[in-house]
Amino acid sequence: MRVGVITFPGTLDDRDAARAVVVGGAEAVSLWHGDADLKSVDAVVLPGGFSYGDYLRCGAISRFAPVMQLVIEAANKGMPVLGICNGFQVLCESHLLPGALTRNADLHFLCRDQEIEIVNNQTPWTNSFKQGQQIVIPLKNGEGSFQCDDQTLAMLEGEGRIIARYIGENPNGSRNLIAGITNAKGNVVGLMPHPEHAINELTGPSAQGLGFFTSILNAMVK
Amino acid sequence: MAKIVVDVMLKPEILDPQGNAVAAALPRLGFTFATSVRQGKRFEIEIDGEPTPAQLTEVEKAAEVLLSNPVIENYVVRVEK
Repeated sequence: MRVGVITFPGTLDDRDAARAVVVGGAEAVSLWHGDADLKSVDAVVLPGGFSYGDYLRCGAISRFAPVMQLVIEAANKGMPVLGICNGFQVLCESHLLPGALTRNADLHFLCRDQEIEIVNNQTPWTNSFKQGQQIVIPLKNGEGSFQCDDQTLAMLEGEGRIIARYIGENPNGSRNLIAGITNAKGNVVGLMPHPEHAINELTGPSAQGLGFFTSILNAMVK
Repeated sequence: MAKIVVDVMLKPEILDPQGNAVAAALPRLGFTFATSVRQGKRFEIEIDGEPTPAQLTEVEKAAEVLLSNPVIENYVVRVEK
């Protein structure tokens, strides 16, 4: 089981993501934004950071990176893809996920431990969780406010495509407290908070983030 | 040489926290004229000679694909004399 972790110029969390993949039980494969080869990976993680300096819009330039053309093609064929934070932004810019991530409503860059609820445990990235399970993982972003039109929001709600919601006060102005969503097929997941920073209690607020990385293993073994 | 300008603005229904922050800062400096402020982006693109309709179509396409995100933004393309 090989899980690719993409590094763009300006990516920050690729090492933590790769470590989380390994602790989850899979082999982590480094992919470079300029690669024209997915190196036979079974799934891909787009980690957090500031790819291409967030120039133009977060994720807007990464979308056109050579490796992303292959990721988009593979995702459309059903390969599991998880985008965390900046990775979520890249997935939205790539139109693999609907909506967009905009500036936090209060303009502040957030960095804190955030309680979220897993509201769809049927995806290859969330099947280790119980439906409705509440977990605490770090949230750190400047542009994490999930926005879409009313029709898209109704579709996401109606089709059960919201995978996680913030608990308590809305941290960034996201519509309907959305912390993560999935595509129609359910193989592509975008998540604003960071499970890869919460894989053991020594370095994170919990070890509950690991569930995202054990889920992908379950999904592949099935 | 001609200059093609692309203005990109958040759609009216999308919250603009930066514009709101500017609107809140203005009265603190004694500028009391604004009832609201929206902040956008302006791209200035230089080309050789006068733009042909085909070139303007290309710029429109670039504005749609790269310069703006149609999910949250609108754009306007114009040639500056």
